[in-house]
Amino acid sequence: MAIGLDHKKLERNVSLLGVCALLAVLVGGIVEIAPLFWLDSTIEKVDGVRPYTPLELAGRKIYQREGCYVCHSQMIRPFRDEVERYGHYSLAAESMYDRPFQWGSKRTGPDLARVGGRYSDEWHRDHMRDPRAVVPESVMPAYPFLAEKELNAGDMTKDLGTLAALGVPYSKAAIDAANDDLKAQADPNADATELVKRYPKAQARDYDGDPAKVTELDALVAYLQMLGTLVDFKAVEAQEQAK
Amino acid sequence: MSYQALRHFADSWGLLFMTLTFIGLAVWTFRPKARPLHEDAANMIFREDDNV
Amino acid sequence: MDELLMRGGGWFLAALIAFVAAASATDTGFAIHMSIMCAAGLLAAFASSRGFNFAKGRFPALTPDVASRYDDDLIRIGAIMTLFWGVVGFLVGLVIALQLAFPVLNLGLEWTTFGRLRPLHTSAVIFAFGGTALITTSFYVVQRTCRARLAFPGLARFVYWGYQLFIVLAATGYVLGITQGKEYAEPEWYVDLWLTVVWVAYLIVFVGTIVKRNEPHIYVANWFYLSFIITVAMLHLVNNISLPVSWTGTASYSAWAGVQDALTQWWYGHNAVGFFLTAGFLAMMYYFVPKQAERPIYSYRLSIIHFWSLIFLYIWAGPHHLHYTALPDWAQTLGMVFSVMLWMPSWGGMINGLMTLNGAWDKIRTDPIIRMFVMSLAFYGMSTFEGPMMSIKAVNSLSHYTDWTIGHVHSGALGWNGMVTFATLYYLVPRLWGRERLYSLRMVNWHFWLASAGIVFYASAMWVSGIMQGLMWREYGADGYLVYSFSETVMAMFPMYLIRAFGGLLFLSGALVMVVNVWMTIAGKIREERPMTETPYDAEADRPIVGTPAAIQPAE
Repeated sequence: MAIGLDHKKLERNVSLLGVCALLAVLVGGIVEIAPLFWLDSTIEKVDGVRPYTPLELAGRKIYQREGCYVCHSQMIRPFRDEVERYGHYSLAAESMYDRPFQWGSKRTGPDLARVGGRYSDEWHRDHMRDPRAVVPESVMPAYPFLAEKELNAGDMTKDLGTLAALGVPYSKAAIDAANDDLKAQADPNADATELVKRYPKAQARDYDGDPAKVTELDALVAYLQMLGTLVDFKAVEAQEQAK
Repeated sequence: MSYQALRHFADSWGLLFMTLTFIGLAVWTFRPKARPLHEDAANMIFREDDNV
Repeated sequence: MDELLMRGGGWFLAALIAFVAAASATDTGFAIHMSIMCAAGLLAAFASSRGFNFAKGRFPALTPDVASRYDDDLIRIGAIMTLFWGVVGFLVGLVIALQLAFPVLNLGLEWTTFGRLRPLHTSAVIFAFGGTALITTSFYVVQRTCRARLAFPGLARFVYWGYQLFIVLAATGYVLGITQGKEYAEPEWYVDLWLTVVWVAYLIVFVGTIVKRNEPHIYVANWFYLSFIITVAMLHLVNNISLPVSWTGTASYSAWAGVQDALTQWWYGHNAVGFFLTAGFLAMMYYFVPKQAERPIYSYRLSIIHFWSLIFLYIWAGPHHLHYTALPDWAQTLGMVFSVMLWMPSWGGMINGLMTLNGAWDKIRTDPIIRMFVMSLAFYGMSTFEGPMMSIKAVNSLSHYTDWTIGHVHSGALGWNGMVTFATLYYLVPRLWGRERLYSLRMVNWHFWLASAGIVFYASAMWVSGIMQGLMWREYGADGYLVYSFSETVMAMFPMYLIRAFGGLLFLSGALVMVVNVWMTIAGKIREERPMTETPYDAEADRPIVGTPAAIQPAE
C-alpha cells in the first residue's frame, strides 16, 4: 500500500511538472496571437484587395515550390529608403488572402511586394531563363525549365473550394469556373470579360511568349505581374486626407 | 474587450501579477531550508556508475 | 509469437494502405512519398517479425558486449546517425554557400536550385542533426538520471525510426519541391501528421521512463527535455494546421492567413530556436558538462530559476521577426521587450554552465572535450546577447533582411548547438562501446580549432556583409537620391560570400576529423600520441571554490 502511495506521488510530480511547463509556455502565445483574430484594428479595410485568380494562385504555388520566399521578401517597411526603392509600404490587408503568407525574412534579392508592372513580361522571361542575361550581378538561380514545363495545376476548382472552406470569399460561380478562368487568363484569344468581372484588375494575356501552351512560366509571371497592383494608393491617400 | 482595455490591464494588474509571481518563485527556490535538497539533486548524477 | 505476428501484420497493413495511397495519388510527389512510406512499412513488418534483433550478429559494431543495465542499442545507432546527419547538413550548407558566390552551381536543374536546397540544409542541421542528437541524448540521460530502463522499449524504437522516416520524407520533399512555404515548417500536411504521431510516442516513452524511476529527484536536465517535447508538440500542431486540397495529393492551404499566419509562423519559428535548439540542448549541457567536469552544476537553484524564466519568456519573443511589418505595433513592442528580458535567463544558464568549472579551470587546457563544452557555452552567451540586441527595433531596422541574421543564427547553431553536440558525442562514444578512451584526443583538439576558426570566419564575414548591405540599402547621396541599386549591393557581397564558404569548409573538415576519430574508437583502436599536456595533476588544486556546507564555520 505504502509503495502504491509513493508511486502515485511520483507520478503526480512529473505530470505536475509537465502541466506547469505547458501553462508557462501557453501564456505568451495566447496573449500575443489570439487578439490578432478579434481586434478590428489588426487589418484595416482597404479597397481593391481581392482573392487570387486561378492562374495567379497556380503561379503562387510555383513561387512557393521553388522557395522564392527564401531570398525575396514581400513586405515593404515604412522607411524612406524602402518606400522609394520598392513603393508604398505594405498593408496588412494586402496579404489577407495569403495562405501561407510570403512576407519572407531575407533579401538576398530585392523585395517583390510591388514587383507587378515594374518589368515587362519579356524581361521576366529572359530573367527566369538566365538572370545574368538581364542583371549581370545577379546570383539568382536560372529557371529555364519553367518555360518548358506545361502547367499542371490539377483541378483548380478543388483549390478554390479548399480556400473558400477556410474563409476566402470565392463565390460558387468563381469556384465552378476556376479551370476555365485559368485558361482564359493565359490565352490572348479567349474572352476575359467574365474573369475581370469576377477578379477586378485581372490581366489576361499570353505571359510567356508561347501562345500554343500554358506553361509554369505563364502562371509565375501572371502572379509576379499582379503583386502589389490591387490597391490604388492615390485613392487611399485621398480617402485618408478626407477623414 | 478593446485594445485600450487590454493595454490598461497589461500595464497595471498584469504587470504587478507577473512581478510578484517572479519574486515569489525566486524566493521560494532560494529558501534556506531547501539547500540540502538541491545539493542532493545536483550530486545525484554522480551517485552510481553510468552503466551499472 | 502471436504478438509478433500481430505487429508484423499491423505494419504490413500500414504498408498496404500506403501502397493504395501511392496508386491513387493525384500528383507525382505524393506517389513518391507514399512509396517511401510503403517501403518503410514493409521494412518495419520484416524487422518486427524478427523481433527487431536482425542487427545483432550482422552488425557487431552496433551491439557490442558492454555490460549495462540500460537500453543502449538505440543510443549507439543514434550517436552514429547524429554524426551522419551533421556531415550531410554541413555539406549541403557548404554547397548553398558556394551557390550564392557562384550561381552556376545551381546547375539549371529544378532539383538543385538554392531555393530547394536551402530548406534541405536548414532541416538537415536543425531537425536531422539536432533532432537526432536530442532524441538520442534524452534517452541516454533519462535512463541514467532515473536509474531505470526506457519505458515501452518497442515504442522507443518506433520513435527513433519514425523520426528518421520523417527526416527522409522531409528531405526528399524539399528536393521535389513539396513545401508549405513556411520557413522551418516546410513539410506538407501528411508528413506533419506523421511527425505528430511520432512526437506523441516520444512524450509517452519519456514521461513513462520518468514515472518508473528509482530516484526521488527528477534531475533538472529532464525538465528541459520535457518542456522541449511538450512545447515543440504545441508549436508544431498550431503552426501546421492546414486543409489539404485532396486527401491523395501533397498540396494544402494554411488555416491562417496574412498577418495572423505571419505571427503564428514566427511564434513557431522563434520557439523552434527556443525549445528545439535551446531548451533541449541546455538539457544536454546540464547533464554532460557536470559529468565531464566531474563536479556538480554550479548552482542547482539557479538552474530552477533559469528553467522557469527561460521557458516563460522565450515564447513571447516571436514578433521580433516582424518588426516594422504590417503586424500591429503592440505585438512588435511586446516581442521586443520580452526578447531583451530573455537575455537574463540565457546568461544565467551560461554562467551556471561555465561556473561549473570553478576551481578546475585547468581542465580547459588539459581536456579538449571540456574545452569544447566551454567554447559552446561561450558561443551560447555571445549569440544570446546578440539576439536581444538585434530584437531592438532600431537595430533590427538595419539588420533585418540582411546576412547579419544569418551570421547570428550560425554563431548559435555552429558554435552552441554544434560544439555542445560534438563534445557530448565525444563523451558518449567510448562509454557506449566500452572503450577505455577515444581513439585520439589530439584529433579532438584539431576538431576544436578547425570548428572554432570556421565559425569565426563565418560569423565575421556575415557581420560585415549584413551591416554593409543594410547601410548600402539606406544610403542617400548629397543629391537626395539613393546611392546604390540593389544589384550593386549584391555585387559588394561577393568577397564576404567567399570567406563564409571558407569558414563552412573549415567547420565541415572538423566534422570529418571527428568521423575518423569516432570510427576508430568504435573499431577499438587507440592512437599512439603524445599526451595533450605534461602538466602534472594536482589534486589539491582541483576542488570547487565553494566549500561544502560543513566546512563553513558559524560566525561567532
